[in-house]
Amino acid sequence: MAQAFTKLTATAAPIMRTNVDTDVIISINRMIGNSARGSLGKWAFGSLRYLPDGSDNPEFILNREPYRQAEILVTGPNFGCGSSREAAVWSLQEMGIRAIIGSGFGDIFFANCFQNGILPVVLDKAIIDSLAAEIEASQGAGRLSVDLVEQTITSPSGSRHVFEIDPRRRAGLLEGLDEISLTLRRDQEIRAFQASDRDARPWIHFAGYQA
Amino acid sequence: MDTHGRTLLAKIWDQHVVARLSDDTDLLHVDRHLLHDLGGSRGLIDLKSRNIPVHNPELTFATPDHAISTASGRAGTIKTGWELLAALRTETSASGIQLFDIDQPGQGIVHVIGPELGLSLPGCLIVCGDSHTCTHGGLGALAFGIGSSELTHVLATQTIIQRRPKTMRVTFDGKLPFGVTAKDLILALIGHVGAAGGTGYAVEYAGSAIRDMPIEGRLTICNLSVELGAKMGLIAPDDKTFDYIRGRPYAPKGEMWDRAVAAWRTLRSDSDAVFDREVSIDVGAIIPQITWGTSPEHVLGVDGRIPDPADITDPARRGAIEIALDYMGLTPGAPIAGTPVDWVFIGSCTNSRLSDLRAAAEVARGRKVAPGVRAWVVPGSETVKRDAVAEGLDKVFIDAGFEWREPGCSMCLAANGETVPPGQRSVSTSNRNFIGRQGPRARTHLASPAMAVAAAVSGAIADVRTMER
Repeated sequence: MAQAFTKLTATAAPIMRTNVDTDVIISINRMIGNSARGSLGKWAFGSLRYLPDGSDNPEFILNREPYRQAEILVTGPNFGCGSSREAAVWSLQEMGIRAIIGSGFGDIFFANCFQNGILPVVLDKAIIDSLAAEIEASQGAGRLSVDLVEQTITSPSGSRHVFEIDPRRRAGLLEGLDEISLTLRRDQEIRAFQASDRDARPWIHFAGYQA
Repeated sequence: MDTHGRTLLAKIWDQHVVARLSDDTDLLHVDRHLLHDLGGSRGLIDLKSRNIPVHNPELTFATPDHAISTASGRAGTIKTGWELLAALRTETSASGIQLFDIDQPGQGIVHVIGPELGLSLPGCLIVCGDSHTCTHGGLGALAFGIGSSELTHVLATQTIIQRRPKTMRVTFDGKLPFGVTAKDLILALIGHVGAAGGTGYAVEYAGSAIRDMPIEGRLTICNLSVELGAKMGLIAPDDKTFDYIRGRPYAPKGEMWDRAVAAWRTLRSDSDAVFDREVSIDVGAIIPQITWGTSPEHVLGVDGRIPDPADITDPARRGAIEIALDYMGLTPGAPIAGTPVDWVFIGSCTNSRLSDLRAAAEVARGRKVAPGVRAWVVPGSETVKRDAVAEGLDKVFIDAGFEWREPGCSMCLAANGETVPPGQRSVSTSNRNFIGRQGPRARTHLASPAMAVAAAVSGAIADVRTMER
């Protein structure tokens, strides 16, 4: 079940590269095997965050104060493109990220965020660039506010930007709903669909023609 | 009422709506759920821990591909790879899910075996916890990658909650020039619209070049849809599609086959259907493609020059190119052809089918891999492997100095101990040239199978048109 999200005022870190893919967010070798939930936070952005000898890369923004405390990312175009690996979202969540603001996201990554109580917000690129510029000018001291109830982002200097969000997904985040339980309440509908589909497209339903 | 004709996407979508959840979001029936070793057992274990049974195990199929070694006897499989395979065996068996295990016909890369076994059919809704699930769209299926939570939802309910995407049609018209393949068309498209150009869209590929293209080329085209940002790629099924599917193990037979084909013939966009975005590409102007950077959109014709950041005015674009050039260790402004390579990888869900191996063998026949280059051929499935051996393709590759391996994902994602060493340069038929994708600090250039062989035998990125017979 996803964690609920309502409002957040926090340190934000701009990661403005274009096309940050999910391989860069979490290396496949960190998610393979049983190193699943709970141990991935330290591996988020591993190739950017650590030098080849394993020490922190001082150039990487999330290794610097106050960005180490960031709970919000402000991101460049096409953030989270590539592999479907949900571990990318888990690793960000485990390092404390609750909201990601950008001009566009990989479709599967975007869906995975909602499954884990992370709010992804899409705004025009010009607004994203101005948010990043404000944060950089304050050297990270200026905090961003994300309000899912009001559907607004407030910049450190107080400018407010309204964002669009799918009402279903908004409701899901506000309440932290469990989709599997909700869908299983419709199990009669699912079974009715399958029964009529077995007549319409019998070649889909193996049990139908093995008998 | 909609006054326009309907798109292929709309026709397939509407057939799968179990319940309308909002104006643009539906609960859709999943016809085929494909599991692999990396995430499959975890979803089954999650479900077991909640005491929820698998809703339709007979519509769920599994195979190991990501984490197993492709060395002979699977000798190189890492400990976690064996553990994932063991868990997949235990959990699929407990749930009554068909597993295509190693060394059995049917095992292979999940997006190779679906079409090959007749599991992937026109009009089918197919999901898998892997972004390249869009591959199956080459047969006219609505197929897309999902995350782990969604995977568990599908196991529990045989449905997926999905927002209806916008539609984009890409029309490839014209005759493929000499030396140009499906891979070159789709790479050229990604270069044209960008790695986010298809975000939020389902892309239908149409036009004379698609109609003329064999099915396996269509699978390659749809496979790379996700690299232009689209979760789904689709091609209307036609007689070629039906001929490809007929007689495959899980395809309908007899009277059922005739009924299925009659239904499949309706699966095409109406002539007056309206798309949210249209792109037209003249394939006659495309030459063999090769990527230079760290996104599939960083692509060039093989006669092109490596970009020079000094020519770029937009600071964000210039910065992105500088980072990519630095990672790739390339000289701005130099010709891409002639760049020395250390590795060549032929395989992956993009280009590991029999036709890919035939095209590669055609260039490799009678030539030798250049000294200092290591070159692998990894067939996409046990069936591809057996068919290739029956044709003697393995011998062509081995004689030329390639390593002939067992089926699996291998170096495409390097999750299995099979990596390009740090700093080394690889020409690969796979789908992603991301930073670290083929191993930490590995440098990847994406290309077609024929172009990969041209690089292997030249020891450098080379124009295959000088070698094709």
